[in-house]
Amino acid sequence: MRTALRIAALVAILAALIVAPQYLRNYGIYLLSLWSLFAIAAMGLNLTLGYAGQMSLAQAAFLGIGAYAVALLVKAGVPFWVGVPLATLVAFAVGLLLGFPALRVQHHYLAFATLGFNVLVYLAIRNEDWLTGGSMGIGQVMGFAGMPRPSIFGYSLRRGIDFYYLCLAMLCLSTLLVWLLLRSPWGRAFAALRDNPVRAESLAIDIRAYTLLAFAIGAGLAGFAGAFYAPLVQLFDPSPFGLLESLSLLLMVVVGGSGRFWGPHIGAALVLLLPHWLQALLPAWLGPPDQWYLFVFGIAVLVLLTWCPGGLLAIPDRLRARAQ
Amino acid sequence: MTPILSAANVSKHYGAIRAVDDVSFTVAPGEIFGVIGPNGSGKTTLFNCVLGQIRPDGGRVAFQDRDITGAGPLALSRLGIGRTFQSLQVFGGLTVRDNVIAAAQEHRGTLWSRLFAAPEIGLGAKADETLALFELAPHAGKLAGGLSYGQQKLLDMAMAFMADPALVMLDEPAAGVNPRLIEMIRQLLQRLNRERGTTFVVIEHNMDFVMALCQRIMVLAEGRVLAVGTPAEIRSNPAVLEAYLGA
Repeated sequence: MRTALRIAALVAILAALIVAPQYLRNYGIYLLSLWSLFAIAAMGLNLTLGYAGQMSLAQAAFLGIGAYAVALLVKAGVPFWVGVPLATLVAFAVGLLLGFPALRVQHHYLAFATLGFNVLVYLAIRNEDWLTGGSMGIGQVMGFAGMPRPSIFGYSLRRGIDFYYLCLAMLCLSTLLVWLLLRSPWGRAFAALRDNPVRAESLAIDIRAYTLLAFAIGAGLAGFAGAFYAPLVQLFDPSPFGLLESLSLLLMVVVGGSGRFWGPHIGAALVLLLPHWLQALLPAWLGPPDQWYLFVFGIAVLVLLTWCPGGLLAIPDRLRARAQ
Repeated sequence: MTPILSAANVSKHYGAIRAVDDVSFTVAPGEIFGVIGPNGSGKTTLFNCVLGQIRPDGGRVAFQDRDITGAGPLALSRLGIGRTFQSLQVFGGLTVRDNVIAAAQEHRGTLWSRLFAAPEIGLGAKADETLALFELAPHAGKLAGGLSYGQQKLLDMAMAFMADPALVMLDEPAAGVNPRLIEMIRQLLQRLNRERGTTFVVIEHNMDFVMALCQRIMVLAEGRVLAVGTPAEIRSNPAVLEAYLGA
């Protein structure tokens, strides 16, 4: 019965997401596309952090690696649909390397190690103008139109609404794959690594391998999202891949509910969309909303996490515990 | 018969303190071997030397004729040595059933094949059987972190047995457990020993428990072996009485 209810809710939400663009203007469709991609990247971080317990403050760097990799591959003449798996693979491989510090340090030390890595990637993209266009953006090397939107089976996805459906499809695909992964014995091993690595090792669980995999798969998902972020925004510079965006991705995971399957989807929606709603909803007599909507947003997040540190998806559990 | 576990002249020093000092012992297959001693006698350090948590300064440890001196916990668990910990060590965020499946899944197939394996990786029936044996079946679907202390202790033990280990090392299985549960644990361990032929090495403080459970007992004092013998021999050994009672 509960399963049936869940499936019904899922179908309803998916239907709403398919119908929504009919009632939205271009900017709304763009925001929904952005949400789809950030939800994928946040799902990756949720895997690394929420399920496998490995702190990472570098998720935006992998988004950037995916975006620049696919753009440079397309510029070099590689078809987009070959570029996507390649860009994912590059992010996966770099993520695997980033896993090595985690074999030595944990928690806040690991947070700083990954933070340093994000800064490194950011600076590399910014300083290697000849390759990336540096702070002038990808347009410097790809031409003023930037990264072209792809076609699929000869059908061009140039229009925002068509590209949104592609992003949504990729979100569905990623969600399904992560669901299968977490149901597999690997998912159980990730949770064992998170809950008690010493015990895990005494039960033949190779914590080295699973730590590296947790980073690599999480990074791969961000790279995959980045590969679609590039044609979504078309012109980009290194700024969306800096430390602030990594913190924003962390916020999505934590606000949604770290270690909860739908946490990234809900967290990404809240973090990306709530500031815009606030901008529209805050009464104008308080002053120009764009000057202080982030203030209200910050307080809302603070209140939520103080009251319910498990995030939005932990609220039902909390209410149930209180009722008992 | 080849001993299943043997230690020869194992030593571990911390500065001037000889935590484990030239300790040798052998454990026969199918035996329940107890290690007792006053606080600070080196029991846990010896355990950690054998189980690869710390590397001994000297001596050798062998498992079924294979040298395992300094081998890490992962290698030992892969060889089929199970263990429990003094403190509670379960996966709190997983269900009780997933805890026991996690305890055995890595012995099946390869890392790669496990990615594509069915979620329960063929261990569902065995998990249910083990949980029934440890009287945890009614809690199978609960999160392990929500169990009582005694139930977590049982789960910790159930996990050590899931992969059919030849040898299980138990670090204070009776600590902090009520008398009824202590008796249940004793009967359970003896049953597993009888029916599956599992060998046990048990560190314990509770003398009644050790005397009733073990076939042979080694007494440590100040890092050295004070005596080895049957419970009856140990009980009547003057040196042991002196170490314990200070008489």
